Amino acid sequence: MTTARVVITGLGAVSSLGLTVDEMWAGLTAGRCGIARIKHFDPAGFPCELGGEVPPYRIQDHVPKSFRKAVKLMCRDIELAVLAAKEAVTSSGLITKGIDPERVNIEPTRIGITMGAGMVSCDLPELGPAVAASTTDGRFDIRKWGKDGLAHITPLWLLKYLPNMLACHIGIIHDIQGPSNTITCAEASAHLAIGEAAQIIARGGADIALAGAAEAKINLMVLVRQNLLYRTVRNRNDAPETACRPFDADAAGTVCGEGAGILVLETLDHARARNARILAEVEGIGQSHSLNPAYERMEPDGTGIRIAVEKAMEDAGIRPDDLDLVIPHGTAIPQDDLAEARGLQAALGPAARRIPVWPTKSMVSTTGAAAGAIDVIAAVRAMNAGVIPPARNFTKPAAGCELSILTERREGRIRRALCCSHTHGGQTAAVVLKAFEGDAAQ
Amino acid sequence: MKTPSRQERVVITGMGIVCPLGHDVHTFWEQVLAGHSGIDRTTLFDASTFPTTFDAEVKDYDFHSHLRHPQLHEKCSRSSGFVVGAAAQACKQAGLDVETTEPTDGIDRVRMGIYLGAGEGSFDNDAFFGSIIAGWDTQQQQLVWPQSIRYAMANMKAAKELEQEPNMAVAHVSLLTGARGPVRSCLTACAASTQAVGEAMMLIRRGDADVMIAGGAHSMIHPLGLTGFNLLTALSRRNNSPQTASRPFSASRDGFVIGEGAAILVLESLTSAKKRGARILAEVVGYGCSSDAFRVTDMHAEGRGPVQAMRAAMADAGLNPQDIDYINTHGTSTQENDSIETLAIKTVFQDRARHIPASSIKSMLGHLIGAAGAAELIAAVLAIRDGIVPPTMNLHDPDPKLDLDYVPNAPRKMPVRVVMKESFGFGGQNNVVILRQYSEEGSRQAS
Repeated sequence: MTTARVVITGLGAVSSLGLTVDEMWAGLTAGRCGIARIKHFDPAGFPCELGGEVPPYRIQDHVPKSFRKAVKLMCRDIELAVLAAKEAVTSSGLITKGIDPERVNIEPTRIGITMGAGMVSCDLPELGPAVAASTTDGRFDIRKWGKDGLAHITPLWLLKYLPNMLACHIGIIHDIQGPSNTITCAEASAHLAIGEAAQIIARGGADIALAGAAEAKINLMVLVRQNLLYRTVRNRNDAPETACRPFDADAAGTVCGEGAGILVLETLDHARARNARILAEVEGIGQSHSLNPAYERMEPDGTGIRIAVEKAMEDAGIRPDDLDLVIPHGTAIPQDDLAEARGLQAALGPAARRIPVWPTKSMVSTTGAAAGAIDVIAAVRAMNAGVIPPARNFTKPAAGCELSILTERREGRIRRALCCSHTHGGQTAAVVLKAFEGDAAQ
Repeated sequence: MKTPSRQERVVITGMGIVCPLGHDVHTFWEQVLAGHSGIDRTTLFDASTFPTTFDAEVKDYDFHSHLRHPQLHEKCSRSSGFVVGAAAQACKQAGLDVETTEPTDGIDRVRMGIYLGAGEGSFDNDAFFGSIIAGWDTQQQQLVWPQSIRYAMANMKAAKELEQEPNMAVAHVSLLTGARGPVRSCLTACAASTQAVGEAMMLIRRGDADVMIAGGAHSMIHPLGLTGFNLLTALSRRNNSPQTASRPFSASRDGFVIGEGAAILVLESLTSAKKRGARILAEVVGYGCSSDAFRVTDMHAEGRGPVQAMRAAMADAGLNPQDIDYINTHGTSTQENDSIETLAIKTVFQDRARHIPASSIKSMLGHLIGAAGAAELIAAVLAIRDGIVPPTMNLHDPDPKLDLDYVPNAPRKMPVRVVMKESFGFGGQNNVVILRQYSEEGSRQAS
């Protein structure tokens, strides 16, 4: 068995805490909360009226001139992904066609992209005129829709909402001609995408890959689903900032939001050859599945989560004691948090009581597919800064949670961090990151 | 990250399919070789006023007949119902136990994974359109959000909404098989399940799993799905003759015919298959993936991405153009795809291009979108097994600019050892998988 070293050389994030990684990290370290009453539309009628919304931006300002027309084909998920990709590429020092076509310093066929995406739901107002033209006695009439309704919809409508279009738009902007994939495993998508991209690089399928995810859950159809499944918190509409309470005894559900996180991954050799700033190393990935006939929740004992974490440690060749930070999925859905605590406790053994655990969703909200990418970026920044901020909205552990949830800021060397995720449906994933220490670490 | 010093060879030990041509592999293949069409008028909803009024539907199918404990899947979407049936068949052929917590097939479930190219489930149409009607203010031409929200919350059902998520197909297959290994689902439009099979092979090669349940499941035959494709003018409008509408590579081709279904291949490490004494159907020897990076609406005119993917797959397999006996094309029956795919094949195969049979079973099956590649890979395995290349039907007026050997209108008996399967997706994703007749000595790449 040999090892292939895959490193992170660029980061891009868009979240309710800001449009950049720096803004997000500043927010996280200050314990700021990006959750508020939804502003995109009037959310009255939802049991949970809260959301983690991205601050305003103009997408036209963030794409090359030649691409400004194409923004009409971007749903919000795509926009967020495009924003994060630009920051990630820029911060890596790579110059793609989308950054400066005159000074490109990559070989387009040797760069790939693996994105995680949610089920992209269409915008209702866009279909309003078509539906209005298709009713008989106030009810939807499919025959009128076929005859008269279609004319009210833009011909390329479907292309706005295909999940693979996040990767496609980024690929076109930055001229990414290598492997492209879109993982659609809901909230486990980002870790699975990062893992797959790292494996593609490790097997020589590309020298560089953009990997991450984006999702905009502030969409009527998406929120209907989350509310109907009782995933959202229903009793804290008047207290948005304390609503999302991962692993806390008073947790009563999550808050949905929007975001994007993208990493630039490279082989160590490639990063070295171009003198790139190396931010961290992807040391191991693991994945498994929860087997629960109640598909919307994790199996109570967290077996699928335990296996994913164990496999990620095995892939990295480390023991639980080697970890200095865990960023859990921690949605604040009590049953799922308990399953995750049990899974982590089983995988980490006695070390679970020592390793600092820092959930982030109390601040950035649950961003669906993007969640895992935002956590990996937070972990990289924590490692680079040697700082773990305290968990927000955590005062008393929920019954059964014996994790060491951090309540005070901690400073010190973080050699390795574990991020894990799981999703309704059951997929589980974990990523082990290692602070970059050069050759000495081998 | 670990990288094994010795790569596992990957073989196929089971297959299952639920598609417009049949609900099992035997029937599917019989229909393909007979040149029958699975295409007819749309019956799943009233599409009589749509520009296109036909499609390729799975008919008279009930997943209960494949299962002892169907209640675990009772609320699943249409395409998840297809895929549990296809997976149950494939596992049965491979000798893998399903619907049990104590399998006796010798496969540790932590070493069993799933990789599907799977699409979203069908919308809850009445509740969906009802929500828009409830909130639409025709005077102001805007949505009164709380009215739509209240209607949706009152009329939509939690389970039905959950089952629309594209990761639910793998969730059902996981419950069916007990798989605890690498489980992923991807959605790269029409290339998804070929990609899933390719990446699943890579997971076994890397040593992450001994068995991968790989394939695809999709049904976009619902009002919004067909709305999208009709608006793109991607569908054939040959409403007066649905059975001949899918006519890849013909001069009169005018679009693809949308279909639905699921197809599953059980991939297994050769070591595991031998240990279990499983019957080996074929070997998966190569995988290549690329993106056009051109436009979301069009393919690159020179087929840049497909060429790169084909070459990558051959390099991965350690094979050359002269080693390929048969190309199972993407062959959608759109003007653009069939021209550019032909050009790309010529670029890669040069002088040999015209001598390699290259057919499209979409002429009979329709286009199963995310599930297309896996269904067509099953045909590729059977072509190897039986020494028969399936035909491109409805090819009576060849496009003079397209001059490959498309195996028109009748199957052809010939030895088939190596097949290249191509799939290209909207947005420019290209995936190619190469299969080879299994033999002990193996490939250059594995030696």
